[in-house]
Amino acid sequence: MTELPAETGVRARPRRPAARGRATAGAGRLAALLVSPTLLVLAVVVLYPTLMALKESLYGAKGLDPSTGFISATEPFVGLRNYADIFGEAGARFFNAFWNTTFFTVVTVSLETVVGVAMALIMHRAFRGRALVRAGILVPWAVPTAISGLLWRWIFNSDGVANALLGQQILWTTEGFHAKVAVIVAEVWKTAPFIGLLVLAGLQVIPKEVYEAARMDGARPVRQFWHITLPLVKPALLVAVLFRCMDALRMFDLPYILVGAQKHSVETLSMLAQNEASNVRFGPASAYAVILFLYVFLIALAFVRLLGTDLVGGGDGRRPRRTEVTA
Amino acid sequence: MTTRTTIRATAFAATGLLLAACGGGSGQDDGKPSFEGRGPITYVAGKDTTGTVQPMLDRWNKAHPKEKVTFIQLPTDADAQRQQMIQNAETKSDAYTVLSLDVVWTSEFAAHQWIDRLPGKRFPMGKMLKPVVETSRYRGGLYAVPSSSDGGMLYYRTDLLKKAGVTRPPATWGEMTAACAKVKRLPEAKGMSCYAGQFQKYEGLTVNFAEAVHSAGGRVTDANGTPDVDTPEAKKGLDFLARSFEDGTIPKEAATYQEEDGRQAFQSGKLVFLRNWPYMYSLAQKSGVKGKFAVAPLPGLNGPGSSSLGGHNMAVSASARNKATALDFIEFMTSEKNTRTFLEDASVAPPYAALYDDKALIGQYPYLPVLKESILRAVPRPRVVQYGDVTSAVQQETYAALNGEKSSERALKDLQKQLRKAVAR
Repeated sequence: MTELPAETGVRARPRRPAARGRATAGAGRLAALLVSPTLLVLAVVVLYPTLMALKESLYGAKGLDPSTGFISATEPFVGLRNYADIFGEAGARFFNAFWNTTFFTVVTVSLETVVGVAMALIMHRAFRGRALVRAGILVPWAVPTAISGLLWRWIFNSDGVANALLGQQILWTTEGFHAKVAVIVAEVWKTAPFIGLLVLAGLQVIPKEVYEAARMDGARPVRQFWHITLPLVKPALLVAVLFRCMDALRMFDLPYILVGAQKHSVETLSMLAQNEASNVRFGPASAYAVILFLYVFLIALAFVRLLGTDLVGGGDGRRPRRTEVTA
Repeated sequence: MTTRTTIRATAFAATGLLLAACGGGSGQDDGKPSFEGRGPITYVAGKDTTGTVQPMLDRWNKAHPKEKVTFIQLPTDADAQRQQMIQNAETKSDAYTVLSLDVVWTSEFAAHQWIDRLPGKRFPMGKMLKPVVETSRYRGGLYAVPSSSDGGMLYYRTDLLKKAGVTRPPATWGEMTAACAKVKRLPEAKGMSCYAGQFQKYEGLTVNFAEAVHSAGGRVTDANGTPDVDTPEAKKGLDFLARSFEDGTIPKEAATYQEEDGRQAFQSGKLVFLRNWPYMYSLAQKSGVKGKFAVAPLPGLNGPGSSSLGGHNMAVSASARNKATALDFIEFMTSEKNTRTFLEDASVAPPYAALYDDKALIGQYPYLPVLKESILRAVPRPRVVQYGDVTSAVQQETYAALNGEKSSERALKDLQKQLRKAVAR
């Protein structure tokens, strides 16, 4: 509007087409202008650190000068040696961490999805005390991860509640598969409510009429769930699962606090990067971070490609949205 | 079409990258430390849970209104403290002036020139316990001044030992297991275990491993910091721990014990002997074993063992301002008078030898003579620049030996290899 030249504003009739023609050219510029702050922020907080980490990953650790006993002031340029080391010399540890990260992601996100959807269905029901149940279910999500790590460390203590309930003496925080189980239980406890919350939002927009019609046609609750609820809630659920995957791939604090650093049974890629950085080797740390970045990126990309029509297809004109109701 | 999600995914992943991108400062001015400038400074240490630091700073501030000290409290966790101090040093910030360093960090901080070499003559190092002073040196130069110390002691149940006819605390591992065998025959010792230390996979394991090796006559590194663990002596030390785990002298759950877990177990009557730090003494006095326990120096293979050293040293951050004030302040905080106050009010073990013989103080803390002996016989943990890598390797291999994954011989061979690699970095 403000871009309109003054003389076109005089007469009403020809103004509209003329204004619209100009608006498209101007709108492009305006759009760019409006988006630019976002792009600028993204460039500062995403692009710049990414490029810096890429650059840093080509430098080695500062060496110790044996004659003076001091660490040299500059980091040597080593090219791709950090990456070669990760796959060669430190390979066993890397692949172990890679496997742990993947294992945790697949298992926790699967369990969370099941538990989360169940929670959402319960929260969606109308019954007395619903507000209390909703609040109760959401509490774990509100607890900071570090705190929940400490809580679960008490539970999984050798004299803790977990052993008392099981009637066994399992040393959860020692190396072994049980350490993985401890992390998975704590992680699912904490983040299933997140999926529950997003799915609940999805459930609330499903019109009641659809269910009524289904009941008229004699569809049982199970059938209603598979043929109405699940397809209609799928877009929300997929967003939740994608978010959880991204999150789980970066998992750090829970295994670090609950089971401890240096524990190979639960060591994730983020923990490797942190370990290098804490030993003042920022080059190798960056290399780990870059690899983790690529991994997360690829998973996200694959996710969008395989399942993505519901994720991003909403506003896209070229590909019409599928109708979801197949019942 | 995919860009929106791609950007989102990128944003998520980049958070991980930020972690690594924060580091990487370089360049160091070459000048010798000059300790000039007076004015306000900061004192940086872990969270003060005793509430005794600020009153001490208030006293300094009252006497030096133009050179006020602000207390910056870091997290309780030692790793987090080190992390923040390194970040401060790498960004050449002048936010931190005087640093309270854990004794094992001195070499690393000195080698990176994150802290200044101090004028040695200024501080009364001669009056301090010798092993404590060693922790503040790097390559012959003084880089920090000890403000506190700590040594391991053997807590034992006097009531049970007396009943079992054991008249004095064990001086060797053999005597300890023999005493245990006698105690275990008592009806009230039903279900008790003999011994525990800190065997979770963390810094405490390094402490306990080093103690076992040193107490058997071995060493982790030689005087030049070269690793030397693939020896028969070191094997005897590690064997003691590994075998004790195997035959149940040390209970299985001790593999999850940090200091507090062991203390709980001892206080609830599950242990006859426990290796722990002095902090536990006053806490145990308020527990169920009140009046039923005492402390002794750590036992060893053929005689008294040697402890690892704990404690803190004070150093001046290289990128700080007002370093003349900083030196005065360190002198103030580490003076015999003020470390005595910290001992009286917060039971912090002082670096000065004389305080351990003080009658009034022994009245307050009966364990002081034992602690002195422990510290005098102590061997510091490896003093190497790459301490982080060294302690990881020690934890890795010791842990494998203790849970029977590796023979102690294999573990020590692998450890030697790993330590060599770590030190050569």
